[in-house]
Amino acid sequence: MIDWGAIFSNAAVELISPTTAAYALAALGLAVHFGYTGLLNFGQAGFMALGAYGYAISILSFGFPVWAAVVVGIAASVIFALILGIPTLRLRADYLAIVTIAAAEIVRLLFTTNTFQPLTGSANGLSGYKGGFAALNPIPEGSYGFGPFQYNAYDWWLRLVAWTIVVLACLFTWQIMRSPWGRVIKGIREDEDAVRALGKNVYFYKMQSLVLGGVYGTIAGMIFVLPRAVVPSNYQTSLTFFIYAILLLGGAATILGPVIGSMIFWVLLSFFSGFIARAVEAGWLPFMSSIQAGQLRFILVGVAIMLIVIFRPQGIFGNKKELAFVK
Amino acid sequence: MLAIFLGLLFAALTIATFSTLSAGPAHADEIGTDQYDYVLAGNVQFNQKPLDGVLITVKGSGYDAQVKTGVDGKWKVGVPEKATYTVTLDETTLPKGVIVAKGGSVIKAEFGLTKVKSVNFFLGEGTRTTVSFLDQFVNRFVNGLNFGLLLALAAIGLSLIFGTTGLSNFAHAEMITFGALMTLAFSVYLGLPVWLAIIIAIVLSAGLGWTLDAVIWKPLRRKGVGLIPLMIVSIGLSLALRYLFQYFVGGDTKQLPGAGLAKLNFGPIQLSPIDLASMGISIVVLLAVSYFLLRTRIGKATRAVSDNPSLASASGIDVDGVIRIVWVVGGGLAGLSGILWAYFRPGVSWDMGFQILLLVFAATTLGGLGTAFGALLGSIIVGLFVELSTLWLPSDLKYVGALVVLILVLLLRPQGILGRKERIG
Repeated sequence: MIDWGAIFSNAAVELISPTTAAYALAALGLAVHFGYTGLLNFGQAGFMALGAYGYAISILSFGFPVWAAVVVGIAASVIFALILGIPTLRLRADYLAIVTIAAAEIVRLLFTTNTFQPLTGSANGLSGYKGGFAALNPIPEGSYGFGPFQYNAYDWWLRLVAWTIVVLACLFTWQIMRSPWGRVIKGIREDEDAVRALGKNVYFYKMQSLVLGGVYGTIAGMIFVLPRAVVPSNYQTSLTFFIYAILLLGGAATILGPVIGSMIFWVLLSFFSGFIARAVEAGWLPFMSSIQAGQLRFILVGVAIMLIVIFRPQGIFGNKKELAFVK
Repeated sequence: MLAIFLGLLFAALTIATFSTLSAGPAHADEIGTDQYDYVLAGNVQFNQKPLDGVLITVKGSGYDAQVKTGVDGKWKVGVPEKATYTVTLDETTLPKGVIVAKGGSVIKAEFGLTKVKSVNFFLGEGTRTTVSFLDQFVNRFVNGLNFGLLLALAAIGLSLIFGTTGLSNFAHAEMITFGALMTLAFSVYLGLPVWLAIIIAIVLSAGLGWTLDAVIWKPLRRKGVGLIPLMIVSIGLSLALRYLFQYFVGGDTKQLPGAGLAKLNFGPIQLSPIDLASMGISIVVLLAVSYFLLRTRIGKATRAVSDNPSLASASGIDVDGVIRIVWVVGGGLAGLSGILWAYFRPGVSWDMGFQILLLVFAATTLGGLGTAFGALLGSIIVGLFVELSTLWLPSDLKYVGALVVLILVLLLRPQGILGRKERIG
């Protein structure tokens, strides 16, 4: 018989998991790029990888304190954004897409290669960098919580920090998009030439947007690796696609869309794969192996991306008048 | 800023080259064994004496690892899946006067029933015959040409589709994989002769192109969906199809019949009969496509639509019909490219198309988006670059070189080599 309680509590746990927070923040970065500015950044996985590796390498190889490691990661992503932006922001949208996707792959391959193995751990990745972050934890030892949300002090600390950052980023993005700067940014999305005619330096604004969203991605990358190890194969192009799925689900040009989208994405994914895995075990789906059951959810994500874009391009929270898609 | 970036980049690449020569990977005789279930292991000995610090490289199905033998001469590499791996012993790390005597320094290892496969090299006394740089260069050049030609088959289809519809089709990767998978299905699973399986696979691939256009892209064009949403739909489609393939064929790599044929020597050039056939087929098909585009009525119509769809439509060309033909041709070419790629890698796996998708994009962008002959030129440049760069770069960075070139070209000549300036808008 299927254990529905376990399926539901596993799904509920995803609601506040640090991974959900990391994806929400990365998607918020993409909302700044794609939703508000109209930049097709397909290299968010690269920004996340820079955050993860920037943080882990600073601590493991150079013994930096936590704050300095965070600064290193952010600095790396700012430089990366500048490198990407300089050649491509003057070009058509799909060029930026191809260049960012290529640049993210370059980043991943450079982290995967054996050549820099002492620094990056090549294909095996890195671990053992959590000490500094755990030492900052003010919560006394012990286990807290209710229902399925039962964690030890480190896990609560991690969730607290992760979601505080997400909330702050949301507030900041909300304010900045209401400001004159935000109006110029949205103007660029709607009609670049019109904004240019008003005497604004479009290139400069686009660059600022690219840097801001990239920094969100980088911090998301750091949150992403705090509950696990840094593994280079996590930063494949599919990661960017999943974040796009979240963004489109919630609504590209919204603040809450990426956050709620990430929650829905992870809860549904956990529920679905939990259900299928147990249904296979229980013999309800005799034609399917448990490995195949695990792949089913990726097929579902792909189909979901297609359906959302075709039938509800503004996402759940988006406004049809403010369609994010540039022509 | 840019100068600094380029400086850093070249510095990184130089460091990359030098550190493989001198330091290499850290002294670990086990890699990835705690991470993966399947293990390749061996013991490097000469006259019953273990050899220390011999570099072993394991490659295959998208995985790549290096390990040095320990003091006891033993090494172990964990690998992610049950597939065929190429294990290479770096002869330059052997002590003086010791060479690989029998069987060569490259061994293809395939797992049997167990999770551990032992790979041993037969060492003997002797002096190494080193391959001169020029010979290596020529050999790599021919390999690169072969790779470039098979990329071109996929790239021309992608470029024609982009030219006529404006769609950057990410699902092209899965059209490439589809050709190889169908060949595998008909030759290995259904036992048909390989040539027949290939023909069936190409026809089915063309059919896939037709189906995708009929079921997805034409209705979306009718609906007036913009180009960027279309591109995202193609990404969703790519993801769904890729995992659908994995759902049916699993995550491991399988070989097509005749994949392991011995190489023939033509002076310094080593090619298997399959490589020769692959190059021959590519050239013939590319010539046929050129003839189609330049001389036939439909080909001219295709180029007209590519140039200016509304003008073409106004002069009586059936734009939707042309686009349908482009999808069919593009699908067939992608399928063929996938089959050749399966022999080149070698092996068939669910994500093989996605592995070269970026190179195909790089090739089309390099040549000029939407220009068929630019795609051909771009592909050959990318193919040569990928293979030749292994002369200086470690082989696990060979795609990096091609992608860096893509970014540099966009910097200097954004419209691509054969593209026209107006296209970049």
